[in-house]
Amino acid sequence: MEALAKTDFLAKDDLPEKPFVLWRPTAKTGLMSWLTTVDHKRIGFLYGISGLFFFIFGGIEALLIRIQLAVPNNTFLTSAQYSEMFTMHGTTMIFLVVMPIGAAFFNFIMPLQIGARDVAFPRLNAFSFWTFLVGAIIVNLGWFMKGGAPDAGWFGYAPLTTRTFSPTHAIDMWVMGLQLLGVASIAAALNFIVTIINLRAPGMTMMRLPVFTWMTLFTSFLIILSFPAITIALIEIMMDRLFGTNFFEVSNGGLPILWQHLFWIFGHPEVYILILPAMGIISEILPTFARKPLFGYPVVVFSGASIGFLGFGVWSHHMFTTGMGTTATAAFALMTMAIAVPTGVKIFNWIGTLWGGHLSMRTPMMFALGFLWMFMIGGLSGVMHAAAPADAQQHGSYFIVAHFHYVLIGGSLFALFAGIHYWFPLMFGRRVSEFWGKLAFWLVFVGFNVTFFPMHFLGLEGMPRRTFTYDANMGWNTGNFWSTVGAFILAIGVAVYFLTMIYTYFRGARTTRDPWDARTLEWSLPNPPPEYNFRVLPTVHARDDWWYEKRHTQEIAREAAEHARAEDAHGGIHMPFQSIYPFCASVGILIGAIGVAVVDPANPAQYPGFWGPKIAVTILGGAIMFVSVVLWSLEGNEGYHIHLNEDGSIKDDAGHAPAGH
Amino acid sequence: MSSTAAATLNHHHDPTTSTGIANKKLLMWAFLASDCMFFGCLISTHLIYRLHPPPGTPPAREVFSIELTSFSTFILLMSSLMMALAVNAIQKGNLKSLRWSLLTTIFFGCIFLGCQVYEFRNFVFEKHLTITNSILGTTFFTLTGTHGLHVLIGVIWLSGMLLYSFTGRLTEKDSIDVESMGLYWHFVDIVWIVIFTAVYLLEYI
Ligand code: HEM
Ligand SMILES: [Cu+2]
Repeated sequence: MEALAKTDFLAKDDLPEKPFVLWRPTAKTGLMSWLTTVDHKRIGFLYGISGLFFFIFGGIEALLIRIQLAVPNNTFLTSAQYSEMFTMHGTTMIFLVVMPIGAAFFNFIMPLQIGARDVAFPRLNAFSFWTFLVGAIIVNLGWFMKGGAPDAGWFGYAPLTTRTFSPTHAIDMWVMGLQLLGVASIAAALNFIVTIINLRAPGMTMMRLPVFTWMTLFTSFLIILSFPAITIALIEIMMDRLFGTNFFEVSNGGLPILWQHLFWIFGHPEVYILILPAMGIISEILPTFARKPLFGYPVVVFSGASIGFLGFGVWSHHMFTTGMGTTATAAFALMTMAIAVPTGVKIFNWIGTLWGGHLSMRTPMMFALGFLWMFMIGGLSGVMHAAAPADAQQHGSYFIVAHFHYVLIGGSLFALFAGIHYWFPLMFGRRVSEFWGKLAFWLVFVGFNVTFFPMHFLGLEGMPRRTFTYDANMGWNTGNFWSTVGAFILAIGVAVYFLTMIYTYFRGARTTRDPWDARTLEWSLPNPPPEYNFRVLPTVHARDDWWYEKRHTQEIAREAAEHARAEDAHGGIHMPFQSIYPFCASVGILIGAIGVAVVDPANPAQYPGFWGPKIAVTILGGAIMFVSVVLWSLEGNEGYHIHLNEDGSIKDDAGHAPAGH
Repeated sequence: MSSTAAATLNHHHDPTTSTGIANKKLLMWAFLASDCMFFGCLISTHLIYRLHPPPGTPPAREVFSIELTSFSTFILLMSSLMMALAVNAIQKGNLKSLRWSLLTTIFFGCIFLGCQVYEFRNFVFEKHLTITNSILGTTFFTLTGTHGLHVLIGVIWLSGMLLYSFTGRLTEKDSIDVESMGLYWHFVDIVWIVIFTAVYLLEYI
């Protein structure tokens, strides 16, 4: 019973004073309700919408790149514009699309899978989202400025990013924006770690966690341990640019290679941050549609852990051509090949799950199968350049571009599309049309392969990455032409996919609870799930607990009635109060970041040169943030209690009584 | 349940979580793991550049004043002791003792910061080591400055808690708030021991 009374422990029932609050927002609809929300489902929705919004930007950038490369000696874009395009395309797709859509699922689905009513720190969760948005804005601000958008590539190698070679504010904004995205990701990841470890429903042991939740946990650990490396690298380059330090200033003894190391110590775990959530989604979808439990659950979990662990020891495979020396090169090549082993193990587990199953070929399953196949191709080309001598030929060529698009689109994006389609009925209570879903799948699948398969050959024929045009006599014309054609097919497929989603959101057919006859707890909820998630906190009896519940209805009903009574006697369901302060803190950060990265120094010729308006704006932002954080902590983590009727509706009288009094 | 639990608060077991570890404590541990990586990268940067000094770099030994830094290190260590006493005090519900312990912790923290300000000024104006004029200055000031910022944040947090203790809202049940602040403070202290060894002492062997 103790465990049922979650959060009551912290409620101060013998304290008469109310916590110090200036304003307690209670709006449940309208703009204010979104700015002050602490509901993990709403925050997940916000992450998803923002990710899709930036997906449009990143997609347009990609199409412009492909138009430019469609024919030799093209002049559609200048080389400067081209550099902005590929830099912003990479930055956007990685940090503003795949990561936030992953975070959308972490937020929306993970707490439901472990039988929790929210994340451990709801306001911190809101802060993570708003800070993410601030970072995204800062990174993109350059499009509207005379200095232009960032143009030093998504890995921003020093010394190209130093003031000598990139004097405009574009790089300042890129640096600042990525730092904020890092802060946001770390804050969110800390929250997920605590949630998964501490907020599991009774009976939900670690080895009963759904695999998606496991992958959320691993991804969160990768985030908190790898983002510091890029943050420090970014701080160092920022110090160089702002204060004239010498971290990457070669003439004063700086070593630009240090940037590469720090960046890739982050960068390689980052690619697993992008793929582990995808692997989690696939591990949910395949068992559902194969109508079998996941094959070798513990092995899938442990290979996820070893991928995460080994992921910290392979970063230098991005630097084979920098001349690290034979020992280091050989060691990193071996480690890189080793990491393909747990990856391969997972593939076999998924195949084992399909083996002998009664496959039902619904759209999410199509995307999942597409993932399996395409991700495997990407993994195989990865192992090819794990061999350092082979990589000497492939590095910096379109072969690498082919590799990472197979793992990132064929891998991450296919899985995210599968996930959106799979969980759409749960999130919005509507079912996506199979016809349009499958049409979108085939367009995406064909378009993707037509775009990226030729790039393997282009790369092996020597076409370098990041050059804005090529001569007609290089033998690259056909490949590039088809690649551009494919990109447009892919774009049409993506458009069909999302137009279908938008249509379904407004007009789609209503669906019943658990339309896929799925296995994990989130499907035990009515759709869309109510604000409090679970009317009665579940007691977990098995892995794939919802499957168990569906087969032991009487036992579960008895248990649920008992728990409902107990919880009611304990004061009802605890709900956290909404709060505006996370949003205010992020606004402060936005202003401060503009001060640091955008406002011109009073005297640019002179270091430190930040006195005047620059420091004023920065301090203003910092002050707003500080005040918000103080109010945030004074406000306290109180909440209110609700009582439910049998059908799950909220009893009126219990409305907004403060908790625990 | 909550009212009876208040009588026998067990500060090492939180019955509302799956593991019995309080959420705030777990959050702080995870954050400190992350912060370890931050400092790890900064310290590595310093050590790497130490191995590749460009010509004309002043020998660090001639710049450092080990006596002063040893003193401030000792003070910071003592502040950790006081922090531990503060946590102990709140867990017993002894507000008076909490306030004195917090005040001493803050005082020691400020002495440490004062020493650092003095040291920085001394380096810049007397020893002519600035953040821009050499790679040693760059890594030294960035690393120790980042640590100093951590101490400053800690001092602000401690002061906030001290003020809050006068509102009457801080009770034994909130000891987790003081405890997680303590974890942060001890961590900042431990990092300083690493920095003291890797940046200062290393120059004397
Ligand atoms: C079987 C596992 C994998 C192996 C052995 C592997 C190996 C490699 C190697 C050696 C490189 C460096 C190539 C070069 O620049 O010369 C590379 C680049 C890259 N990989 Fe992988 N990879 C694997 C899986 C993944 C996954 C799962 C992702 C992401 C979801 C990924 C994303 C990338 C990206 C983005 C780059 C290019 C970074 C850049 O230069 O811009 N890889 N991979
Ligand atoms: Cu890599």
